[in-house]
Amino acid sequence: MILRLDHIFKDYMQDKMVVPVLKDVTLHVERGEYVAIMGPSGSGKTTLMNIIGCLDIPTSGTYQLNGNDLKDCGDNELSQIRNQSIGFVFQTFNLLPKQTARDNVALPLLYAGVSRRERLERAEKALEKVGLSDRVDFKPTQLSGGQKQRVAIARAIVTNPDILLADEPTGALDSASGRQVMELFGKLNKEGMTVIMITHDAEIASHAKRVMMIRDGILSGMNGVKVSAGRRDVQEEDGGDAVWEEYAGGEEETQFEGEE
Amino acid sequence: MLENIRLAFQGVWDHKLRSILTMLGIIIGIGSIIAIVSTIKGTNEQIKENLVGSGNNAVNIQLYQGEWTLDLSYQSPPDGVPLISSEVLEEIRDLDEVAEASLYYTRNEYDAVSNGVQTLTGGTILGVDANYFDVYGYQVTKGRGFVEKDFADYRKVVLLDKIAASNLFSGTDPIGKTIEIKGEPFTVIGLISKKATAQPVINSMEDYYRYMSNSSSGVVCVPDTVWPIIYRFDEPQNLVVQAVSTDAMTDAGEKSAAVLNAYLTVSDDTIRYKGEDLLEQANQLQELSNATNQQLIWIASISLLVGGIGVMNIMLVSVTERTREIGLKKALGAKKSKILVQFLTEAAVLTLMGGILGIIVGIILAYVISGISSAPVAISGPAIAVAVAFSTLIGVVFGMVPSVKAANMNPIDALRHE
Repeated sequence: MILRLDHIFKDYMQDKMVVPVLKDVTLHVERGEYVAIMGPSGSGKTTLMNIIGCLDIPTSGTYQLNGNDLKDCGDNELSQIRNQSIGFVFQTFNLLPKQTARDNVALPLLYAGVSRRERLERAEKALEKVGLSDRVDFKPTQLSGGQKQRVAIARAIVTNPDILLADEPTGALDSASGRQVMELFGKLNKEGMTVIMITHDAEIASHAKRVMMIRDGILSGMNGVKVSAGRRDVQEEDGGDAVWEEYAGGEEETQFEGEE
Repeated sequence: MLENIRLAFQGVWDHKLRSILTMLGIIIGIGSIIAIVSTIKGTNEQIKENLVGSGNNAVNIQLYQGEWTLDLSYQSPPDGVPLISSEVLEEIRDLDEVAEASLYYTRNEYDAVSNGVQTLTGGTILGVDANYFDVYGYQVTKGRGFVEKDFADYRKVVLLDKIAASNLFSGTDPIGKTIEIKGEPFTVIGLISKKATAQPVINSMEDYYRYMSNSSSGVVCVPDTVWPIIYRFDEPQNLVVQAVSTDAMTDAGEKSAAVLNAYLTVSDDTIRYKGEDLLEQANQLQELSNATNQQLIWIASISLLVGGIGVMNIMLVSVTERTREIGLKKALGAKKSKILVQFLTEAAVLTLMGGILGIIVGIILAYVISGISSAPVAISGPAIAVAVAFSTLIGVVFGMVPSVKAANMNPIDALRHE
């Protein structure tokens, strides 16, 4: 088991009041799985992603990554885990605008202490893997949205992480580029990469082999509801079942907020 | 580290105008300090070169009464000052610091030397022994110098320097002519001049400035054995010693004076032999120019401080601007220390470049000042090294606050930052 979250609680302090964000979240992910976590705005999915990505620590509960309990990890250890075990893909790519695709992809290796020559070599290989070997010397401003996200994915996999952790990876892309990115995730997963994706988009989530749903800080499976691209179309036409409708309604707002 | 330096240069390059403006305070500060230091050093080296000389390292040992030399033109020699015998002279020559020693008489006289109607208005008359010219660095440029027989036979012969010769003979050849010194006829046998490396005879600050303004009034030399013919009585000699090195000048003067003082039997104990400490005088002059310029350096340092604050300000802006970048780097596994070092390096590179530009500006400025005021320029290597180190230090010191701010950013908030 590569990732094991047991009874995770996370509280935030807001105006001297304790706001519970995650309530007893348990999530087990096996190596090579492809999991999507869906949830509307304010559901706690970002907090959950931060905890999985070792950017945040839970208030209580245990988190084991690759068999290691992260409870007592300090700032430096967490940095190291993020560097070696997690590959982040963000909605807004977060590429360094002044640097070439190659340098962007090589960046995590810098923090792993890899020599410059090896960094650039491995970065080029990673870019080849995402189909951008002809764009290594391009800067982000010279790339399309889809290409930027593929550079970001190359950056995420260049360290050979245990988990590829994607946060709304298609949120800023048109549907064609989004599809390309999802194909890439599918291909990487087929090659054995564990993928955890956080999204509000049912169509995107449908690419995953397992879909989890988070609402009000509670994580649950989809309880037999098969989410697929077709399903979503049906829902939008006839209103769908109660659970989905409520979810989709919440999602629409977030989407606009996020876009602006 | 190399990567950080590369990134830092890229950062500076990406914001050319901003970087230059940020560096401006450092450039002005370092520039003015380099200019000031170069001018000070130039002046100091000139002082030392002129006053102490790289040449003969000669030190005069003269008889003082209190603060002043005994001027035998106005005073009769005090009792209890014996003549310096050749044994005592040998004793002085045996001192470790002393290479050579010579005895001489000296008077500053007005209208005492004449060639018919032409008189030397002012000037120095020296009664010298055979060593004197070597010790002091005079050379005979025309005619001949003193020989054994001149001393032994009490020959009334005289050597003139260029100024005395031109005053007395106005361009005609003086060799073989006769002049009068205090009414006594002397035959001119040669002309002398100081060797290029020799130092002037300087007994005081006034002498220094007189020498510098080239208003020396002429030197007339006779063999010391004929001195009593002019001045009628045996009077205490002066001693000049040649130190083994410039640094030994002070010691050579003091030790030689101590040897002579041991033979004094004067009742007035303010009458002592003293070595003129030319090194000390040079140092005093240098300190004088240093003290003036020290204040200028302090003022220039204020602009460095202002420059440092400017760097801090811009770095704070830069850190805020790059919040997302910092968040991303942390998410990708950059430890706090990496972020800290990255921003410190950037600040240091910025100020270092400012420092280097400042050095260039300072050197140019120094030459401009020198062109205007004719003060010499000596570019100081250590000052440049210190400027480079100091400007880097400013970057590190004033970059610390922004860098710590960057390093302590929470990656979640930083990534969410718009």
